Amino acid sequence: MQSTPRPADEDQPVISLRGATASLGSRPVLRGVDLTVRRGEVVALLGANGSGKSTAVRAVVGQVPLTDGALSLFGTDFRRFRQWSRIGYVPQRTTAASGVPATVREVVSSGRLARSRFGILRGADRAAVERALALVDMDGYADASVNALSGGQHQRVLIARALAVEPELLIMDEPMAGVDLANQEVLANALREQVAAGTTVLLVLHELGPLEPLIGRAVVLRDGCVVHDGPPPEAVGQHALPGHDHVHPHAAHDAEPLRTGLLS
Amino acid sequence: MELLHFAFMQRALLAAALVGITAPAIGTYLVQRRQAVMGDGIGHVAMTGVALGFLLNTSPVWMATLVAVVGAVGMELIRSRGKTSGDIALAMLFYGGLAGGVMIINLSPGGSTANLSSYLFGSITTVSAEDITAVVILAAFVIAVTLGLRRQLFAISQDEEFARVTGLPVRALNLLMAVTAAVTVTVAMRIVGLLLVSAMMVIPVAAAQRVTRGFAATLSLAMGIGVVVSLSGTAVTYYIDAPSGATIVLLAIAVFVATTALSTPLARRRAKAARAAEEVCTRDDVKV
Repeated sequence: MQSTPRPADEDQPVISLRGATASLGSRPVLRGVDLTVRRGEVVALLGANGSGKSTAVRAVVGQVPLTDGALSLFGTDFRRFRQWSRIGYVPQRTTAASGVPATVREVVSSGRLARSRFGILRGADRAAVERALALVDMDGYADASVNALSGGQHQRVLIARALAVEPELLIMDEPMAGVDLANQEVLANALREQVAAGTTVLLVLHELGPLEPLIGRAVVLRDGCVVHDGPPPEAVGQHALPGHDHVHPHAAHDAEPLRTGLLS
Repeated sequence: MELLHFAFMQRALLAAALVGITAPAIGTYLVQRRQAVMGDGIGHVAMTGVALGFLLNTSPVWMATLVAVVGAVGMELIRSRGKTSGDIALAMLFYGGLAGGVMIINLSPGGSTANLSSYLFGSITTVSAEDITAVVILAAFVIAVTLGLRRQLFAISQDEEFARVTGLPVRALNLLMAVTAAVTVTVAMRIVGLLLVSAMMVIPVAAAQRVTRGFAATLSLAMGIGVVVSLSGTAVTYYIDAPSGATIVLLAIAVFVATTALSTPLARRRAKAARAAEEVCTRDDVKV
């Protein structure tokens, strides 16, 4: 499901976020975050609730305005970036059911709009939708209403919608939240196939869980600052639980000085 | 079928059919975005346009279109800011529009609030030849947008953030949707009336989604229901002396009640089928 990478930007980082700051209202949420993701990497963004990890990925896709810092995607400054079909985005799932029913196929098809700008679905688009559904094992549910799905199935649909884009970069915000173990395994398998095919992945996680063997690097945020950037810390799943505000000792090679808290 | 012999009834039925198609078409997106009351707000604002038409002695339909479009764009800008004070701003816009309309109509020569009644609740005898031209042009625009851009509009209504990341021009599409809603209000104004137009955007959709599973199915069924109730409501109004809007909306509610009654056994059957497909072992002794 890969489009061939453009040779000119082969060695450019896929995501380059430097010194990013952002605020929600008057509260600073990102306070100088550096995040670089290279082609083929699988990077997990970890941290407690409120650490800014969700804001960081939303900033990467331009959904949170940066008050300072620089962002470029595929070597292009974000303000000039238009190649949206290279990105598959899975936003955080909201539990609110939509007002009007929609089938699984309709939702997944909307991912193809990145490639068919006039909204006309051709045979190739339909085939990509079916492939994406099969990847997350939802092909039997194409005509079901998304409102009738379980949380885990709904999450699989949102991932299929991003995979239908046939992206080079997959960005996922808490894809495992509220997903039971069986569904997590299905998602881990789908992701494994994508990674094997060379897709770059940036994902926000609460704990590594079944994805652990896939993660090449972990970036841990705390209070809007990067406190760890390196191999995924062992048992980070435990430590990344909400309220468990602790960073693994071997981690902080490039970190901000640790501020004194009850648990650090 | 004697009602078809009269030119005014032919015009009324054509206008009614176009209302039946356009109002549920844009309404499906508005309901999906939980903006069902937007049509109501635009209807209030359009009152100022109708009254201005009287005052300036120009066509109330075109004047209402102009003012409604300005009002709808204003509403969309307030909505996209997403401030909590947005509710207050919207209320100012709605009731300012209504009060402005009543004020202006009383200032215009020989005008009184009584002139507004047919615009508020609809009337089949007042659709002039000039009106019908305007209604056909405006309805063609609404149909072109709501069906031609259905995938894009579906995407922004379903998940605005995802739509932005696919590179869709979300802000422009939001404005286009607001303008289309405003145009629909003036299409529906003559037959359904400004105070009841929102009902035709919402009720056929609510009725349709009781028995559908998909968006395209809901959109087409809502349009089908819309056409049936607005044509039959207009025909009924020929025989009884009542505002056409009231008749049409009551018929739409009757359809909603019918599909709701139908949906309960349907939903139960679907849930059962879904469970059977899902589970390896099913228990028959558990009643849901």
